[in-house]
Amino acid sequence: MRRAFTSTMSRLLADDERCILLLGDIGVFGFRVIAEKKPASVLNMGILEQAMIGFAAGLAMDGRIPVVHSIAPFIVERCLEQLKIDFGYQQLSGKFVSVGASFDYASLGCTHHCPADIGTLLGIPGMEIVVPGNGEEFNILFTNSYDNGNSTYYRLSETTNVSTQDVSFGKACLLREGTQGTVVAIGPTLDLALNASEHLDVSVIYVTTLRPFDHQALREVTKNLRVFVFEPFYEGTVYPDVLTAFSGLKVGISGKGVPRRFLENYGTRDEHLLDLGFDIGIVRSELEAFFS
Amino acid sequence: MNLKLIRKEILGISSAAREGHIPSAFSILEIVSVLYSNILDVEGIRNGSPERDRFILSKGHGCLALYYILREIGLISGSDLASFCRFDGSLGGHPKRSIVHGIEASTGSLGHGLPIAVGLATSLKQRSSRARVYALIGDGECNEGSVWEAALLASHYELTNLMCIVDYNHSGDRALLLGDLGKKFESFGFTVLDVDGHEINELEIALSHVDQTNPVAVIAHTTKGYGLKTMENNPAWHHASPDDEQLRAFMIELSDHA
Repeated sequence: MRRAFTSTMSRLLADDERCILLLGDIGVFGFRVIAEKKPASVLNMGILEQAMIGFAAGLAMDGRIPVVHSIAPFIVERCLEQLKIDFGYQQLSGKFVSVGASFDYASLGCTHHCPADIGTLLGIPGMEIVVPGNGEEFNILFTNSYDNGNSTYYRLSETTNVSTQDVSFGKACLLREGTQGTVVAIGPTLDLALNASEHLDVSVIYVTTLRPFDHQALREVTKNLRVFVFEPFYEGTVYPDVLTAFSGLKVGISGKGVPRRFLENYGTRDEHLLDLGFDIGIVRSELEAFFS
Repeated sequence: MNLKLIRKEILGISSAAREGHIPSAFSILEIVSVLYSNILDVEGIRNGSPERDRFILSKGHGCLALYYILREIGLISGSDLASFCRFDGSLGGHPKRSIVHGIEASTGSLGHGLPIAVGLATSLKQRSSRARVYALIGDGECNEGSVWEAALLASHYELTNLMCIVDYNHSGDRALLLGDLGKKFESFGFTVLDVDGHEINELEIALSHVDQTNPVAVIAHTTKGYGLKTMENNPAWHHASPDDEQLRAFMIELSDHA
């Protein structure tokens, strides 16, 4: 996904004079070619995230499209108030592209984890949230939305799906129809969700835009009010959206997500995924138990 | 602009609304007045021109000063002011971005205005606009790290179109002593001017300064609550509004002095 961001962003920087990329001292090498061509449009800001977001708001006030890039916790959690006030409250348009969520930097420890990023950003009215499943999907979703006049958070991670879906900004994709309930897969959890639910008579809906959330698609595809959600971030983050989709009805919800505790082990992302039960065997039996 | 009269009006509206940070407004009134009388391209601001000068009141709680000066140039109406802090009012206890009213940024959380001003100045510089950017921050606000992050950027990008004005009324002293703020800004790459923040002539000279190489910081030495002895440097009045009796006494005091 990071490579996709680098190439798509480089192309937009070359084609669209309004675009300006602010790097939090990461990804600098990847953008060296376009930075040489358009040095005023690619700024390595250094390690001062709060001022970087405020700076981006100033650029947006003058009609630029600022794209801010850093590691997820340093954009979202460190700068929450700048995102809330400078962009949210002022209704300015900025694009925030993070890497590392939720624990790509597993061995670096909890300072570099960010399973709370989405839940945190849901607290900012008007902030759009995009969780692509792979690089190609990022390209589509980013190209769809980079100049839509709103603020948008794009969550990039190393875990990706093998297949690319027919995604578009703000729309969920219906991948399977079934009668026993619905599996909701978010971004990079799709491969696991599809494989683990293959033998079940359930609908599978794929969500890459969490704000705005496609409540209608979820409602329409769900034949039985039981919904199992695959979340690549803290578990339960999108449960309120499931409830909203079925407002006034009793709906059974469960899911597979990142548990709400500090993940104090190191090692690799895959070791963590396994430890947290993101494993086809485990998930298959959880799905069977839920939908039986 | 009749600043004594405006001080009376600020007292009146704050008393009526039971809201407002009067001493902070009094601290910056001369600064804001000089900016809009002599420095900023007011015509561009009236038209909302992309080439207009920008003033960002980062210490948003001083907003009553800004609102009344914007009334003087015709961007805020008497009825806007009469609605101050009302449920459906157009003007609140902190500024909310509204280009038609001449308010460039929503502020209130300290440490946000200077980073925004630095980004704005960078964009203007990149497109060779002649417009200039002025940010007004407080000394208490200088505790915020984002101010100094922005200061680093301002000098790094050689933003000669940026002026940071510090309302140095020492309201932060009871928490943290900042010492020589001018030296601090100087070490961050600013050209620094010290000025009496209530002396119109001194302000006119300092605020019109254009530097060829550095961003400029104007350290305006001010008195919080300036013009009303009872309020001057009295933390009890920081966020308090006079009742009817106090208002009458303040009006008389203002008529006699200031």
